[in-house]
Amino acid sequence: MRDRVAYFGVFTALALIFSYVETLIPISFGIPGVKLGLANLIIVIALFKLKLKETYLLSVVRILLSGFLFGNYFSIIYSLAGALLSLSVMALLKRAGGFSIIGISIAGGVFHNIGQLFVAMAVVEMFQAAYYVPVLLVAGLLTGCLIGILAQEMLKRLVPWQTGS
Amino acid sequence: MKLNMKKPEFAEKINLQKKDWILIGIILFVAGLAFLLHEFIGGKGAGCVTVKVNGEIQGVYSLSEDQDIEINGGTNRLKIRNSTADMTEADCPDKLCVNQRAVSKNGESIICLPNKVIVTVDSSENSEFDAVAQ
Repeated sequence: MRDRVAYFGVFTALALIFSYVETLIPISFGIPGVKLGLANLIIVIALFKLKLKETYLLSVVRILLSGFLFGNYFSIIYSLAGALLSLSVMALLKRAGGFSIIGISIAGGVFHNIGQLFVAMAVVEMFQAAYYVPVLLVAGLLTGCLIGILAQEMLKRLVPWQTGS
Repeated sequence: MKLNMKKPEFAEKINLQKKDWILIGIILFVAGLAFLLHEFIGGKGAGCVTVKVNGEIQGVYSLSEDQDIEINGGTNRLKIRNSTADMTEADCPDKLCVNQRAVSKNGESIICLPNKVIVTVDSSENSEFDAVAQ
């Protein structure tokens, strides 16, 4: 039990630091709103290392913390919608089986963007935002692929501990 | 303590499963479909302005073509240039609407109260709504 709390703390700290690092690196893909999503790397790894419930909690805690630290009210709503949808889809694909980490991460990246788009459409109350769909899908595909490769390499190198999931 | 780490194998660096490729295919297909749909159906571009006089819609004009619009039988004149609409003439005493800056973004409006003329923009270009997700 004590171990689980410690691991959870480490994961939270890592996810938060990655959110911060992301604000520092001016990685720009030339399109507003498109970014790497480094913190999702931690979420993907947590998906494979922690229990699903803990991963959800980790995701929410990270967004609340980083939202209060670096963002605003709107960014928390956007992030929550994206992250929860993304995590749910990733969990589903993982349970379905047959997908590699990269595939799962790609689905995560894509649905992260879709979740945010839904909130954006609800907030602005119009559907012209749909013209952004192709851009967001391809962007999610690319960043998800990158995150997936990173996660795969990290999982290979992590000491094979399992927290009893 | 001895750590039994497996040596990472670089040969199988990216090993995508069959289902992964199917997933990627579906995503690209949907992206392409959405792109085409937007190109052929929603591709009106710059949007349009709605002109209301006394609360009733007098006309809807596209922002993409340059034009001059007489409103209310000539009391006001609206000029559209480069996807922005500007009130250039009005016969009202204060000329507030003429002095107002040109509008182009969604939801922006020019209002001439004495003549009860309202010009609103409906376009796909959003104005002040923005937030950056962390």
